[in-house]
Amino acid sequence: MAHAVTILPDEQIAALARRYDEAVAMRRRHSLMVAAVIGVCIALASWGGEVRPGVFFANAGRLTNYFWSILPTLHWATLGKDLADWYWNLDGWLKLLFDTILIAYLGTLIGGIGGFFLCFLASANLVKNPFIRLTARRFLEFCRTVPEIVFALLFVVAFGLGAMPGVMALAIHTMGALGKLFAEVVENIDMNPVEGATASGASWPQMVRLAVVPQVLSNFASYGLLRFEVNVREAAIMGFVGAGGIGQDLIEAIRKFYYSDVSAILLLIILTVMIIDLLTERLRHRLIGLEVER
Amino acid sequence: MNRARIAISAADRARLAAAHPALMRTDPKSRAITGAIVVLGAALAGYGFWRLDFSLARIGSGLGQLAHFVTLMIPPDPGTQLPLYIHALGETLSIAFLGTLIGAVIALPFGFLAARTVVRNPFIHFLVRRCLDIVRGIDKLIWALIYVTVVGLGPFAGILAIATASIGELGKLFSEAIEALDRKPEEGVLSTGGSKAEAVRFAMLPQVLPVIASQMLYYFESNARQSTIVGIVGAGGLGLHLAEQIRVLEWQKVSFLILMMLVMVAAIDFISSRLRFSIIGKSRMEA
Repeated sequence: MAHAVTILPDEQIAALARRYDEAVAMRRRHSLMVAAVIGVCIALASWGGEVRPGVFFANAGRLTNYFWSILPTLHWATLGKDLADWYWNLDGWLKLLFDTILIAYLGTLIGGIGGFFLCFLASANLVKNPFIRLTARRFLEFCRTVPEIVFALLFVVAFGLGAMPGVMALAIHTMGALGKLFAEVVENIDMNPVEGATASGASWPQMVRLAVVPQVLSNFASYGLLRFEVNVREAAIMGFVGAGGIGQDLIEAIRKFYYSDVSAILLLIILTVMIIDLLTERLRHRLIGLEVER
Repeated sequence: MNRARIAISAADRARLAAAHPALMRTDPKSRAITGAIVVLGAALAGYGFWRLDFSLARIGSGLGQLAHFVTLMIPPDPGTQLPLYIHALGETLSIAFLGTLIGAVIALPFGFLAARTVVRNPFIHFLVRRCLDIVRGIDKLIWALIYVTVVGLGPFAGILAIATASIGELGKLFSEAIEALDRKPEEGVLSTGGSKAEAVRFAMLPQVLPVIASQMLYYFESNARQSTIVGIVGAGGLGLHLAEQIRVLEWQKVSFLILMMLVMVAAIDFISSRLRFSIIGKSRMEA
């Protein structure tokens, strides 16, 4: 197949080429400016963050060494015994893991209940009074902006060591996070049942119970399960500040350089998190299926 | 407020119930399932309360203590340590910024390797994905603790921790963004004799860059929250001072530090959501 390439006269090409060069130069200038801003930020941040590449590269060997030494020594010939040595405290760790999951469950449950009651107050379509709505919203915002580990630190001082402050810290953060998500779900409901209930004389609680809750419950459950996944991860580190669960053994193992224990506990945590992710994902898909059927 | 009520007589009600039996009947099976779920959930909660040593006496005395602490927190006051806290704020911002940036730079090649459309070999992208999963499965605070034991106390450990955790999270997001790209520019480059690497550079990178930039900003927001707490295990920033002041019960300083955190997070959210919208808006206009 023959292609005909039209060649423009020089004066036309020159104009087009100049335009092209200008456009390219402008984009270059733009990119350079962005790069310069990022460069300044990097310089400032490295200064503020006490970044010393020399120290890092001197220690890079230690880093790889560390990961190498937390790996267990397993030999094929004595695999059973080596595994038993690696997981010498499996019973104790499994109990702590169970506690961790319970902490996550209770935190999600209490926080979910709190979020459930507050979300209706924070929804613009149900509460016309801006004072109540904004108060509820600000409160939820505060609960989810303060990290749960900070709450845990405070509660450990107030309530004493143990799983209880961990549960309460998770519950408060969960209430803030779920309350916001729940309120968004409530704001997207079909308003016809609400009007129907109000028109037939329902009070505000009755209207919420009969017209809103049936529409949002499966969505709420799905968000609750998602939050449970997050909370299991969070509960695993609550022990760092003395708020119960597997974290207390992990921080001890890392601080005291019990190398093989570190990998053993980390592996247990990762496996637990993965299994729980899989289970809740299944459940959530079934819930979403229910939603679609309706 | 006057509400009109529809008065229904008992006879009317019975007639309506007879006309629409399906609507008035409660379904015993779904009732039983709901009841079982509630009972099971409550039983598990009760068992949990018992196993984790909840007691009303402890809750009561703890709440009393907490209320006392709150009264001591007002007004927030940094005392003479304001310059120190401002410095810690700078450290926190540095940890969040450099952590996100380093994490994203390392995550980018992993994102391409984990994308099904770039690497045809299923074994490689399966392997890369599982590695990213494992990195993501370990919390930032755990990484911080590990890095503190390796590179010593200070914000540098925090930067490494945030960067490592971001590799796992951003790597996954990047690979998903890359898989969702338009394939035609890539075909164009390949059909004019470009290599696979050139296709990545000239066809994929320009498309995916705005998406990546907005995801990075989003992670900068989330990492700013996280970097306030890595200090709790000694990795620099505001968390270090917060944990310390809580331990020595200096409540006015504690409330000041929490206030600093909240203001910083709110400011970063505001700036980065502005930037994000401008980036996304621009990429939409270009497309």
